[in-house]
Amino acid sequence: MNDDKLLAKSEVIRVKDLTFLQRAYVFEILKGMFKAARQIFQPSFTIEYPEVRSERAASFRGRPVLVEENGVERCVACGLCARVCPALAIEVQAAPTELAKERYPEKFEINMTRCIFCGFCEEVCPEEAIIMSNEYELAFSSQQESIFGKDKLLKSAEIMKPRLDFLRDHR
Amino acid sequence: MPNVKITLDGAQYEVDNKKTILEAARDNKIHIPHFCYHDKLSASGNCRICLVEVEKMPKLAISCMTQVAEGMIINTKNERVINAREAVMEFILINHPLDCPICDEAGECKLQDYAYKYSKGFSRFVDTKNHKEKRVEIGPRVMFDAERCISCSRCIRFCDEIAGVHQLQFVNRGDRVTIQTFPGESLDNPYSMNVVDICPVGALTNKDFRFKSRVWEMSFTDSVCHGCARGCNIEIGVRNNEILRLNPRRNDDVNSAWMCDHGRLNTWKNVNAENRIKSSKIRKEGQLVEVGWDEAIAKAASELKSFGKNEIAVLGSAFATNEDNYVFAKFAREVLGTRNIDFCPHVEGTDDAVLIRADKTPNASGAELVGIVPQENGMDFQQIISAIKAGKIKALYCLEDDIASVPGIEDALSNLEFFAVHATNHSKTTQYAHVVFAASTYAEKNGTVTNFQKRVQRVRPAVTTFEQDRALDNFEMSRWDKFAAHNDKWGKGPRRDARPSWKIITSIAGVMGTKYKFNNADDVFNEICQKIDGFKGLSYLKVGVKGAVVKQNHVAV
Repeated sequence: MNDDKLLAKSEVIRVKDLTFLQRAYVFEILKGMFKAARQIFQPSFTIEYPEVRSERAASFRGRPVLVEENGVERCVACGLCARVCPALAIEVQAAPTELAKERYPEKFEINMTRCIFCGFCEEVCPEEAIIMSNEYELAFSSQQESIFGKDKLLKSAEIMKPRLDFLRDHR
Repeated sequence: MPNVKITLDGAQYEVDNKKTILEAARDNKIHIPHFCYHDKLSASGNCRICLVEVEKMPKLAISCMTQVAEGMIINTKNERVINAREAVMEFILINHPLDCPICDEAGECKLQDYAYKYSKGFSRFVDTKNHKEKRVEIGPRVMFDAERCISCSRCIRFCDEIAGVHQLQFVNRGDRVTIQTFPGESLDNPYSMNVVDICPVGALTNKDFRFKSRVWEMSFTDSVCHGCARGCNIEIGVRNNEILRLNPRRNDDVNSAWMCDHGRLNTWKNVNAENRIKSSKIRKEGQLVEVGWDEAIAKAASELKSFGKNEIAVLGSAFATNEDNYVFAKFAREVLGTRNIDFCPHVEGTDDAVLIRADKTPNASGAELVGIVPQENGMDFQQIISAIKAGKIKALYCLEDDIASVPGIEDALSNLEFFAVHATNHSKTTQYAHVVFAASTYAEKNGTVTNFQKRVQRVRPAVTTFEQDRALDNFEMSRWDKFAAHNDKWGKGPRRDARPSWKIITSIAGVMGTKYKFNNADDVFNEICQKIDGFKGLSYLKVGVKGAVVKQNHVAV
């Protein structure tokens, strides 16, 4: 493209010149300030994070947690979540228990630096024992800290009720 | 062998007339599903999943019990057969619990596989399933879950026909049928755990392996059991660099499809044990102290040099591989110059009628073949021990064997001025040793062992040591092994700084001035095949997965 054409094009863009009032500047400034000042009396859309936190919908896929019922995890350590996990984030070690479920996870670890929040573990779980929570704040100061054991993963069924209800409704 | 012509799924085959339809089809690569049929057991024909259509027969026939006949026209895949199969699967699944997530059999379950392949994929059954006893300790090593049982009777037939003890029987009728032992008795025969392998569902499970791992998380390496001179072919199941179970591997010339409970449970626990020797040790001021390889090798070399040829004796090992023993015998003759070469026999009890041998070592015949025999005018094992007691033998070098556990030997060992051992675990013997080399176990090295039939069989590494890498050294890999990163806890199972014995001996020979050009176990085996008559013509490739028999007219070196 030669220079003549370029010049012609830039002229086309500036078809309309500013009007007199716009060129007068002060008037436009006042108009802008009035619009901004009006917002002070409108309800605000932002929240004061982290002092205030927004509600997550039940469909939100935050970090996976283990559901605890009557003080026992629902998990039977079948290892299907570990098998289906595309990022290989989950490690389960089963052990026998006297309870009717026969086995429980002696060790259940999720490497949160590997987790991709896909929710496959929740989908494959035959016991509705591992589900996605509404927690999304995951910052670690070391790789060791990013491996969540049962102490961090267990959540009671009452706390997780919204998600459990959501899963029932959308089965 | 009179042959008959049959038509199977439209194609003509000529088969032996003694065969059943199922066997004839299997020989011609046509799979007919079966639960109760097992080719090492008698046919019982009770599962009905192997129904096929034989033209001119009014009803479908069970292929596991119908003998082939001239001109038979058989359909194994037509609509009538498929419908029948789906109906049989539906019946079997009616009372089968949905236990797969907590069942150890899942992943290697015949019923699970067939449910995918030959069933409709949904259930029409709306009533409650029949409940039976779960978690029954039917034997000291076997757990029974009555709900999962599909009453194929394989376990009953195994006990009757193979183990030779009548321990199991069906009781009750119809959907209440279950398996029981006689009151007060239990499934405790020395082969009881084979019922776990042949059980097509998870009704009979291995108590030792119970819930240790899902089968798909493990890698399986072909190897040979080290429990006795039979050398049963096995698969070593490993996860996280830890052995979790052994399974028999089919070899009709050696162990058929079975192995004994002792071999299955007790021959590998030392690999993961706490008392493993994790690196080489030297005795300093009465205590065994961990040192580097170079220091231990230099110490052994200088000590061995300081004794006269007739003051040294060496003991090979019937637990070590042919390769280890060959290099050891070569080292003893060529470097040490001693004629006192032998190994300690471990014969207890008698051979039984099934598999178990009185010789409790895996490689006694191999050790002899590769040169662990007293040389001309040399002493044998008993003579060596008495010579130590008499003070004539001052230095002893012993391969992987706990000789101190043999009665009457312990006090001789304290007489020694120098005692070097290769050991995998701490034992009575290592308490007397001046130098202990950390030897690899049979599950950590390549090699061959020779069983009582003089069959050379291959041992492959399943567990890594410091000097090995699972990916680079061609190990079997599970999905976890393949994808473990440096920061993953899994895939980081314990490893030890152990080396195969032939390698340690090669290093000592090097320090003592004799260079052996052995870089890996293949090199050693190739030399064995060149130098030792019986092994001529063999190679790791020829030994393969099923082994090869040494030529019998062998002359000892």
